[in-house]
Amino acid sequence: MSSAHDVTDATFTDEVLNSEDTIMVDFWAEWCGPCRAVSPILDQIATEHSDKIKIVKLNVDDNPQIAMKYQITSIPAMKVFKGGEVVKTIIGAKPKPALEHDLAEFLA
Amino acid sequence: MRQIIIIGSGPAGYTAAIYAARANLAPLLIASSVEFGGELMKTTEVENYPGFPDGVMGPDLMMNMQKQAERFGTEIVYDDVTSLELDGQVKRVTLGNGDVHEALSVIYATGSAYRKLGLEDEERLSGYGVSWCATCDGAFFRQKEIAVVGGGDSAMEEATFLTRFADKVYVIHRKDSLRASAAMQERAFNDPKIEFLWNKEVGHIYGDGLVSGVGLIDTVDGTETTLNLSGLFIAIGADPRTHLVHGQLDLGPEGTIIVDGRSSRTNLTGVFAAGDVIDPTYRQAVTAAGSGTVAALDAEHYLASLSKDLLASATQPAEPATASVTA
Repeated sequence: MSSAHDVTDATFTDEVLNSEDTIMVDFWAEWCGPCRAVSPILDQIATEHSDKIKIVKLNVDDNPQIAMKYQITSIPAMKVFKGGEVVKTIIGAKPKPALEHDLAEFLA
Repeated sequence: MRQIIIIGSGPAGYTAAIYAARANLAPLLIASSVEFGGELMKTTEVENYPGFPDGVMGPDLMMNMQKQAERFGTEIVYDDVTSLELDGQVKRVTLGNGDVHEALSVIYATGSAYRKLGLEDEERLSGYGVSWCATCDGAFFRQKEIAVVGGGDSAMEEATFLTRFADKVYVIHRKDSLRASAAMQERAFNDPKIEFLWNKEVGHIYGDGLVSGVGLIDTVDGTETTLNLSGLFIAIGADPRTHLVHGQLDLGPEGTIIVDGRSSRTNLTGVFAAGDVIDPTYRQAVTAAGSGTVAALDAEHYLASLSKDLLASATQPAEPATASVTA
């Protein structure tokens, strides 16, 4: 359903926290309808702004440690990481223009 | 220009699309960018949709309706309508991406949107313990104490569903009896994890980063008590999504669009409405689907009454997809 690369409890530190890129993590699950809805939009944003932001996804069922660490209580939840820190959190599926607006500072 | 545009992608919208497409009207369906599939996308098992003796997953049912509509030539656009011009013979539908689509008829089937409590911290804590979707967020409340606000079927359904995860589920209701159907009530009453808090209203939601509790106001004597909670699920009903048609279509006292008798005809010629947006009472997936059928047949009838010249100016239907075995 999405072309975004998967990260896991095991790879999160290396691939997200230690990355030099701006990375947005899409916290999702198979059973979450709104996650299915937002995922193709995130793919589009990732493709259109591949030089500015990387988007990866984390399945909260398979990776409970990271989901718990970041206190995920609602999905889809999208967190932007820069230098190992969360710099932006977006919760819930939104239309593409609204997501682009929320992410404007990273896409500019 | 098209013959018909359908706005909405729940059971009403897709069923209207199936009928309109089979009538070779080549409908364009505006499905919304993130809420396509409607309310059923947020449900799990649907047990009362006829034809599925073992139940069906809500999202699967909606994906099937979408495929069925597409099979007969419905074109689907995943965007949101930002404005509508419905008076006049040619209707104009403007989308979020700036595209303007024209059609001789419109079926408006946008459903309804969840009602909020209207409390000051509700928005801030939304997604941080305040939720409108038990099936989306319930799993994050394993072994927690949580509450559902509401007294209808959806509140009972949410509460019962949430007992899969939570240790304790309070149901907060401002009256001393429920609106919910007998079957749903019984299931909730018999659930040892569910406790009812009668005659209580949520006055405050507490929590810094995450929800930590609520202030409950007794609706009989006005006293306020505090209840510690990790999550608050709000299921107090929904309002018809009519903001795009205010001032154009007539609305009834419940806020739903008024249609003529058992038809789907609105006060504007060539504009039809279907599903929850016209229904203050029943609001089931299957009644919405039936309502979508009515709208498609009404629209078909209306289009047949127009002059040949006018119809010729609307895009001829694409080569109809025959009932091949590829589906």
